[in-house]
Amino acid sequence: MAQKLEKLRETASQTAGPYVHIGMMPTYAGNGGSYETEIGARSFEDGARGTVIEITGAVYDGLGNVLRDALIESWQPDADGRFAGEAGADSKVSGFCRFAADAETGQFTLSTVKPGRVRHRSGVMQAPHIALWIVARGINVGLQTRIYFEDEDNDGDPLLSRIEHRTRVETLIAKKVGENRYRFDIRLQGANETVFLDM
Amino acid sequence: MSDPGPLIPRDRAAHPPALDPGYKTSVSRSPNLPLLSLESGPTEETGPMFGHGLFGALDNNLILNWTQGKAPAIGERILVHGRVLDENARPVPRTLVEIWQANAGGRYRHKKDSYLAPLDPNFGGCGRTLTDDDGYYQFLTIRPGAYPWPNRGNDWRPMHIHLSIFGHSFGQRLITQMYFEGDPLIPLCPIAATVKDHGQLDNLVAPLDMASSRPLDFLAYRFDIVLRGRRQTMFENRLEGM
Repeated sequence: MAQKLEKLRETASQTAGPYVHIGMMPTYAGNGGSYETEIGARSFEDGARGTVIEITGAVYDGLGNVLRDALIESWQPDADGRFAGEAGADSKVSGFCRFAADAETGQFTLSTVKPGRVRHRSGVMQAPHIALWIVARGINVGLQTRIYFEDEDNDGDPLLSRIEHRTRVETLIAKKVGENRYRFDIRLQGANETVFLDM
Repeated sequence: MSDPGPLIPRDRAAHPPALDPGYKTSVSRSPNLPLLSLESGPTEETGPMFGHGLFGALDNNLILNWTQGKAPAIGERILVHGRVLDENARPVPRTLVEIWQANAGGRYRHKKDSYLAPLDPNFGGCGRTLTDDDGYYQFLTIRPGAYPWPNRGNDWRPMHIHLSIFGHSFGQRLITQMYFEGDPLIPLCPIAATVKDHGQLDNLVAPLDMASSRPLDFLAYRFDIVLRGRRQTMFENRLEGM
């Protein structure tokens, strides 16, 4: 026998289920007015520094069918690479957004400011990115991934550099489809499966 | 700002696997390839903070919040309460806890739920609150009913409440479900059964808490939640670069 470690185990995850919007996006569920203010409706206010961009995409299952019940959260720094709450951070950027796949088309849109670069604890500068967390019916533990940008310098990014199968790097890069507009599709399984993270 | 240290890596054995054929929808919605494991960085170690100003007085009272206090929901009145801790057993103060659930008959107020049990005109089914300085939270609600779902020929969800817990960083994000002590549907449920560790499944079952119930008013169930903790870094031996 040995001394006992005073460690607790993390509570087990369970699927968010098909009705996740009731609790997290009531207006989307058809229950507008449940709360005076829904959180995560926008990641920035008018007047935020930087460039406003629009990222559209969809989440696909292993058969190529679009998910119509996915809910996504995003987290990012402001245009200068500072997270909300940090000294000097843009007070008009919360950095947090909740958005859902359209119930008919499965398409989602994230409107936000383009994030700046953030230095990692190791000292290495990371390429601009937005963290995503995806939950839905059939997903037992929320899936983490990141959006990087085709028109940024992604060389040397510590995360992208660690992807052993180099063809998979492309799955994390949003493609430019117009002025300040990008496309980012998420494939849960199969051909061109998105890289998901354990961080 | 001092560095509170990286997040302790997730113990994936504490969680369900992505693919569990007993829960049919997971078959086409689970990645085939392994996750990319890296130590957390600023992106995972920071997160939004929510102020008290966001919350309405009835946001954590599901018995009254759908009608803004005009009429109570029908069902078994219960208090659901507990603490949010991290793996180091430290309380997680002022963090957002959100819940959603079906009504007493097992019907959700969602445009996609077509179960024949009726809606309760006085019940919405969502609530939210911030934990206090000790990591404590509470909700007043009605006990949700079991309901059938299209999985195998005759599958029914146990009574359950969905919970979403924020923590203080994006990497702590967690959604789970709370079950009720003694519910005989728990061992039959393919979603509960996605949790392979029996101790971990037991921890999703809230015990009846008579000491916290209020006579002639409501029963109580206690549900504590554990989020990922941080590793204190007293030694930093690594050279620059990852």
